[in-house]
This record gives sequence, C-alpha cells and structure tokens, in this order.
Amino acid sequence: MTTDVATEEDQVTDTMHGVKPDTARQLLRDMLLYRRFEEKAEEAYAIGKIGGFCHLHIGQEGVAAGCIAPLRESDYAISAYREHTQAIAKGIEPKRVMAELFGRAAGCSGGKGGSMHLFDIEKRFMGGHGIVGGQAPLASGIAFSIQYRKLDELVVCFLGDAAVNQGAFHEAMNMSAVWDLPVIYVVENNAYGMGTAFTRVSRNPIEEKALSYAIPTTVVNGQDVLETYATFTDLAGKVRSGEAPHFVDVRTYRFKGHSMSDPVSGTYRSKDEVDSRVENQDPIALLRATLFEADELDQETLEDFDGQAKETAQEAFDFADASDPPEADALYRDVYAELNPNGRLFFDGLDRPDFAR
Amino acid sequence: MAEMTYREALNEALREEMERDADVFLMGEEVAEYDGAYKVSKGLLDEFGERRVVDSPISELGFTGLGVGAAMTGLRPVIEFMTFNFSILALDQVINSAAKMHYMSNGQIGCPIVFRGPTGAALQLSAQHSQACETWYVHSPGLKVVTPGTPADAKGLLKASIRDDDPVAFMEGELLYNLKGEVPEDDDFVIPLGVADVKKEGDDVTIITHGKMVNVALQAAQKMERDDGIMAEVVDLRTLRPLDVDTVIDSVRKTNRAVYLEEGWNYLGVGAQIVSLIQEEAFDWLDAPLLRVTQADVPMPYAKNLESLAKPNASRVIEACNRVMYR
Repeated sequence: MTTDVATEEDQVTDTMHGVKPDTARQLLRDMLLYRRFEEKAEEAYAIGKIGGFCHLHIGQEGVAAGCIAPLRESDYAISAYREHTQAIAKGIEPKRVMAELFGRAAGCSGGKGGSMHLFDIEKRFMGGHGIVGGQAPLASGIAFSIQYRKLDELVVCFLGDAAVNQGAFHEAMNMSAVWDLPVIYVVENNAYGMGTAFTRVSRNPIEEKALSYAIPTTVVNGQDVLETYATFTDLAGKVRSGEAPHFVDVRTYRFKGHSMSDPVSGTYRSKDEVDSRVENQDPIALLRATLFEADELDQETLEDFDGQAKETAQEAFDFADASDPPEADALYRDVYAELNPNGRLFFDGLDRPDFAR
Repeated sequence: MAEMTYREALNEALREEMERDADVFLMGEEVAEYDGAYKVSKGLLDEFGERRVVDSPISELGFTGLGVGAAMTGLRPVIEFMTFNFSILALDQVINSAAKMHYMSNGQIGCPIVFRGPTGAALQLSAQHSQACETWYVHSPGLKVVTPGTPADAKGLLKASIRDDDPVAFMEGELLYNLKGEVPEDDDFVIPLGVADVKKEGDDVTIITHGKMVNVALQAAQKMERDDGIMAEVVDLRTLRPLDVDTVIDSVRKTNRAVYLEEGWNYLGVGAQIVSLIQEEAFDWLDAPLLRVTQADVPMPYAKNLESLAKPNASRVIEACNRVMYR
C-alpha cells in the first residue's frame, strides 16, 4: 500500500479543509445572502434608488465570508469601497446597509456615508474608505491601539490589488512590521484595478509585495471559501499568539464591472474570460458542489437557504425604501464632535440649526 | 507665573497632558531618542517610555494615518511633524480620514488627534522648508486650527487641543521656540479654542493676525505709538477654526480700519476670509478699504536679501496702517 493515495475519507477531509459541515453550510448561507443582497442593490441602482458610485462584490463573496467568519466580535475589520458584504459579514444588519446605500437616516452611517463609507462602531466595522490604500495606515493605527492597551484583539484590513502600488500601503506595511502590530492585511486580488490589469502596472506579483518588510505571506484561493476560512482561522490564532502582522494574497475574481457604470467585459477583459470564471470559479457553486459531493447538503436545503437569502435581501430593500431620508438639520451635525462655544466653526453664512453655530 | 520659552511651554503642556491622560501618546520623527528635532519633546522618553513616546520612520502619510486609526479607537495621539512642510505628504490622511471620519460615520467614530509642529519660514531655509500651511488646513471643515504666538498661548492652547475631541492642526513657529514669556504655572491652565486675544489695545487702527506674526504686529504697533502717537489695536486670533469673529468685529467697529497680517501667501490666505467676514458684518463701520500684508506671491527664495523682501515685516505693516488711515 502506498502512502500517496488518499483514502476516500481523506479526500473528503481535504476538500473541506478541515472545516466542520455545520460551519461550511453557514458559510454557504452567508455567501448566498451576500449574492442576493448585491443583486438587489444592482436592481435598486438600476431604478435610481441608489446613487453615486456602487461597487458590487459579486464573485468575491468567499473573501467576505471566509476572512470574517473566523473573527471574534471584538476584532476589527476595515475595508475599501467594495465593502457591502464585508459590513454584513461583520454583523451590520443587511437592512441598515441597504438603507445606507439608499441614503436614508436608518442607514448604518445615517445616510451620510453611502456605499463607500459604511461604519458601525458597535460591530467594529471601521469603514468603508474611498481613497485607494488609505485604510492601510488606519488599520495599523487600530492595531497600535490594541497593542497599546494590551488587548486580545486584531484587525483585518481589506485592500484591493491596486492598493499595493500606493505609498500608504508600503508605509503601513513597514510600521506594522517594525512594531509587530496585530493586523492581517488582505489583498482581494481580483487581477484588475478598475480597468487596468495588475500585471500591466507591476513587475512582480502581489504575493511578493510584503516580503521586503519581512511580513509572512500566504496565498489563498478566495473562490474556495473553505480554504479561505481555514487559513484565516489559522492566521487569527497566530496573531493572537503574538505572531503578527500577516499579509494574505487572496485570489478572487469580480463577476461584475468595477462600478455600476462599467461594463462587465469588453474593454479591459474579454467576455470569454469573464464567462469562464463565472462558470468555473463561482465561490457559491464551488462550495455547493463540495457539500453535495460530501453528502452534507441536499437540494431542498439549498433551496431553503437561497429562499431565505432572497427574503432577507428583499426585506432589506423594502426597509430601505420605506425609510426616511436624513432630516435637514443633519447637514451640519457631526462635522465636529465638540462644538467649542466661543468661536465660529462654519463659514458659509447659511442659516443653520443652533447646535451648529 | 514663570518665565519660560515657547519650547518649554509646549514641553510642559505635553508632559502635563500625558500625566493626566494615559491615552495620550506622542509619535513622530526624532521625538524620542533625539529629544525632538526642535527639542520640544525633551525628556519625555525618559519620563514616559517608548510605548508613549514613539520614534516613527520618515513616513508622514503612514504615521499620520496610523495616528488617525489610533484616534478612531479612542487614543489621543499627538503627531509631531518635524515641520508642517512635510505634512503635505500626509494631507490625504488629514483631509480624507481625520477631518471626515466623524461626519461620514454619522458621529460614531471620533478622531481626537493633534497634528503639531512648526509652520512658516525660519531663516534661509528656502522654498520647500519655508511655507505657511494654515490655509491648507483651515480650508477643510472637520479640522480645527490653532496658531499660538506666545509661550503662554502655546501652553494653554496645546492643552486644550489635546483635550479637544476633534482633529486639531496645532501650528508653531521655528523662530518662536526660543521666545520667552510669562506662563501661568497652574497645571490646569487651559485656553479654550475659539477665543481671540487683544494683545494691545488701541483706537486708531486694528491689526489682526495670528501665530508668529503676532510679534511682528506688536513691533509695528509699538513703533507707531512711539514715533507718531498712533494707537493700533492688535487682535491675535489664536485659533483660526473655531474663529472668534466677535472680537474681530468689535475691534473694527471701534477703530473703523483694519489690516490683516499673515505669514502665508495672499491668494485665498487666512486674511481673505477675515476681510470677507468684516465686510459682511461691519461694512457700515469701515472708513477705508481693508488691506492685507502677506508673503510675496512667490516660492520662498534662499538669498538673504530676497528672503527679506518676500517676508512680511513691521515696516510693511506700518505702511499698510498708514494707508488705511490715509496718512
């Protein structure tokens, strides 16, 4: 008997990456919700309920689910502007995320942030940042706080692949490495920064970007949510035991355009390429197949999960649609945390509520 | 009261606030082992240790963003820029992160942080090290901007800035660090933000100014009084946001004439805002156009004679005062 032939049981364990079936089914439910939520957002955008920029995460759901599910409530997540599903993954109710996309007072940022600036301090989701790479030093700072206060917490910082060409990214890598800050930098490597293929703007691959800072680097198939989940469970444990920071190149693919105004394919990537990824690399389809194969899921349960996801997405839409926009006096509220009573803070000469004078 | 330098006053303010609040820490280039590029943080490393007095790499954008992230989670960082000239590298984090965090998070996430260091020109440091940076900061809602011109103001306002719950750009002056003055010894000597100070009273003309130029305005006012018996009132704004508009308007309504003096460039400088406010709120009291004395509208040259020509000085202030008094 040779040792390089896995038993049937080993094969099952391997495709599950050691993730328990219950957890895997929950990850499937999470991803279905993210997919249905984003489809609903797409629909809402098309009929003018959502304005401005709107960046969908469809195709990348495995990253949100696999990276965030292993975290504790007390851990922080911070992201860029393709962050709707990550916000939900970190615990913000889908209806409050949708209400934010609609610009409503019940939104998680009171309607003042919008799609790109989702925040919830209670859930420790620290935004939603719109300048590429800008969140990298912020994550270092949150990790600095954790270390300063000697807390058993960590930060996961999501970045798009284009962020690794920003100075802010490199400065943050260096400081986090020098001070051993408890942060995991996650590059959601979907191969394109907007419409520019990463290979056209970098001589070396993403996985090499943190090596010059002596930060341990892991490459993960982000379309395999179980592999992603297992990796982040392991990395979170390492950070908690003092081994930090970490850098992860999560290979994924965006099924939709960069934003709503961007065609899915045709200019910077071919239809064949997109079709092939959608057909073969859909994180939901891959997990579904794995669970079917392992006999851990049946069609009825799957349909039930999907029905619930659709229902939650519809409820989020209905809630957002029925919510009020912010009151006019919210315009000047919260520009400052402290209104110094002696001096003037606003200079536009408009009539405004007393609290803002 | 104790006589001390502007540098010592800042050092005392930092020490007292770090003693008072364990969440306050100082980070920047050379702040720890070197005792500060201008020695403002002298002795703090020995007293508070490397956890709270942190030498950063030369990464202005990075350590500014790190400070903002720390402030988002409740610490109260004091981020030292070796000079505000270098803060231009960090402006994305100041403007896009610090100034907007509280607003775009709907008040959920604050940013109680102080960015401090010298602004403006010193002596023959030439174009890239001699810029007055107030306008870039004061332009953005969400930020507060503080510009002390004396040792007492430096201490009282730095303590207030550290205690304030918003991001504050605290702008000092390299040429002020050795300036001596009387400073109250009270540990709780705090000057609230948004209160201007009439540094010299007068009835004939108002000189409004801030920061280092307070001392130039006083020189000009003293010379006018001595030589010509003209009584100029010197209004030191002390903080540019929040702005004590009432004190400015009261003075102009008394003297009916005003000159704004600032170290920075003229075009959309701080003075442009002040003269706009004066014409809005004291138009009927004015007996002459409002004039501004500023840096020449050029990058700062190196040559000593050209640098002198570029900088505002007391004689240019006197000239402007004479013009608004039609003398």
